Amino acid sequence: MSDILEEITSSEYKYGFTSNIEMETAPKGLSEDIIRFISQKKNEPDWMLEFRLQAFRKWQTMEEPKHWAHLNYPKIDFQDIIYYAAPKPKKKLNSLDEVDPELLKTFEKLGISLEEQKRLSGVESTIAVDAVIDSVSVKTTFKEVLAEKGIIFCSFSEAVHEHPELVKKYMGSVVPYTDNYYAALNSAVFTDGSFCYIPKGVRCPMELSTYFRINTSGTGQFERTLIIADEGGYASYLEGCTAPSRDENQLHAAVVEIIVHENAEIKYSTVQNWYPGDKDGKGGVYNFVTKRGICFGDNSKLSWTQVETGSAITWKYPSVILKGNNSVGEFYSVAVTNNYQQADTGTKMIHLGSNTRSTIVSKGISAGFSNNSYRGLVRIGKGAKNARNFSQCDSLLMGDKCGAHTFPYIEIKDKSAIVEHEATTSKIGEDQLFYCKQRGLDTEKAVALIVNGYCKEVLNKLPMEFAVEAQKLLAVSLEGSVG
Amino acid sequence: MISINNLKAGIGDKEILKGFNLNVKPGEVHAIMGPNGSGKSTLANVLAGKEDYTVTDGSVTFNGKDLLDMSPEDRAREGLFLAFQYPVEIPGVSNINFLKTCLSEIRAYKGLPPIEAKDFLKMVKEKQALVELQGSLANRSVNEGFSGGEKKRNEIFQMAMLEPSLAILDETDSGLDIDALRIVANGVNKLRDKNRSFVVITHYQRLLDYIVPDFVHVMYNGQIVKSGPKELALELEEKGYDWIKKEEEQVI
Repeated sequence: MSDILEEITSSEYKYGFTSNIEMETAPKGLSEDIIRFISQKKNEPDWMLEFRLQAFRKWQTMEEPKHWAHLNYPKIDFQDIIYYAAPKPKKKLNSLDEVDPELLKTFEKLGISLEEQKRLSGVESTIAVDAVIDSVSVKTTFKEVLAEKGIIFCSFSEAVHEHPELVKKYMGSVVPYTDNYYAALNSAVFTDGSFCYIPKGVRCPMELSTYFRINTSGTGQFERTLIIADEGGYASYLEGCTAPSRDENQLHAAVVEIIVHENAEIKYSTVQNWYPGDKDGKGGVYNFVTKRGICFGDNSKLSWTQVETGSAITWKYPSVILKGNNSVGEFYSVAVTNNYQQADTGTKMIHLGSNTRSTIVSKGISAGFSNNSYRGLVRIGKGAKNARNFSQCDSLLMGDKCGAHTFPYIEIKDKSAIVEHEATTSKIGEDQLFYCKQRGLDTEKAVALIVNGYCKEVLNKLPMEFAVEAQKLLAVSLEGSVG
Repeated sequence: MISINNLKAGIGDKEILKGFNLNVKPGEVHAIMGPNGSGKSTLANVLAGKEDYTVTDGSVTFNGKDLLDMSPEDRAREGLFLAFQYPVEIPGVSNINFLKTCLSEIRAYKGLPPIEAKDFLKMVKEKQALVELQGSLANRSVNEGFSGGEKKRNEIFQMAMLEPSLAILDETDSGLDIDALRIVANGVNKLRDKNRSFVVITHYQRLLDYIVPDFVHVMYNGQIVKSGPKELALELEEKGYDWIKKEEEQVI
């Protein structure tokens, strides 16, 4: 870990640059015409357009959720957003040579390799990447290697064309467009994202990842990700995201759906680093995301791990519906807020099958003037025999101007359930800091060390390369927060 | 090594060190004894740079440099080590990682490259043996769930790893049973050499049976009121601190 800490030099948001890529954008605003425009741009079949329009009509009847989350922000003008922005020319790419070099440079700068080479020795550490910039996926790597095993890993748009039967079957099956305001909005205007299908009995040999980048000013990013693990399949999926530093607030409203069949397992890890806004709370991304998975078959397992350091506002509850008997849901989260960031994040564990188990470990870290809330629901349905849940919610406060809040909801309809909830709140102690300094560490290093120790349980769940990134990110996010 | 002249310091308006003087040469072991509230721990904390204390007068020269001008971390990097009376716990950070980070920082300060993993582990093994610390403790979180004795041994282990030029032991003997005391003292004795000095702060003569000092100082009311050879400790043990207190009051 010391090596990682040594690398930390910059306290600024490193990914705030803008790339000069020629973009094609839709006019601002939202209407049926815009939705038809997006659908047409993507050359979509009628059923897809129909899905969008239905969602849009539903959305128009819904109200923006305002009151229940512990968040505070001005009303969003949905007519002031660009709903489609794509690098042009948009033609089908057959090799990396055809990708705009400026785009490649952008991802290189972000540390994302679109070259199909092993980043470290050993197959295990190889990562297949789907790179999404604003509204479209620009490149998916390792597609052919994965195809040999029958694994489908491509952009969502491509899946609509190439695998309509799978998309039709699963899209909206976990997060219907009626689910909530932002899910409806996403269903109407989503532009791209990743699609992944793991066939029966296949263990995906490499990490799959999608890298999301907002680039164009005034755009919203509405991606949609759909992951299916068929019986006995396994995959580990990573998601990373950044955006340029801008004065304006940009909207990111994604939907992620995961379906896990019998004896299958999906691990989904996120390192969310959208632009958080500046020190005075100006700018930053509004991250309103619906992530939900279903453990559909018996003995299935879904695990969410998230490290949330970015965004001006985060509103996100990766959830698991435990339908199959003996299925397992996990949620490991580190959410850091600094300056004027606000986060309201947690999970929902819905136990339906018998002998289902869920684990929730949430670590909140608040600094500056920020507010950090954990909100979680554990529901044990009637007939969910011998369901078990363990929840642990820890909050760490740095300074005395920030807030940490915990809102656990527990609904139990079956007497055989065992549900445990533990919560702690602590402050980084002056004594801890002095102890570290007396051993030769400066304040920043001491804070990074203490915070990484505090989050260790969650960081340990991340795939190796991501864990390294996450540790660096935690340190950078909190620089200057004690002093 | 360290030269403390007329040091005055306290918390807020309360003056605790009232013109403290001490000279420690390389290789020497000085014991500072004294009753509760005489300012012993304050001295240790002020030298280490704890921010709660304000220095109002005096000077401290450490290896030719102005100690009071340095940040706490720079004092540590310059070779000043404080074995804490109450070592803190850092959950989730393993002892090994902690020490490796500290050692790298100290080495970087001196312009040295980070220590090789192989050499580091060898060093850990060697130094652990000094304080008879179990191998598993090195992999546990810093001081978390350690017994009182293990915490103190861990302090000495850290000292052995960081190889300071001046070590201040702040009541390292408090809370130790006789076996732990012997182990800690043995560890310290093995680290004694002609270039390393110790300031041993203690209430009791007992520790000095094991760590034999070159000088014994008696602290009272923020100052050293009596200094002498190691036999002074025995005299104190016999007569108690009241003897010193009385002498002091007569002078006034």
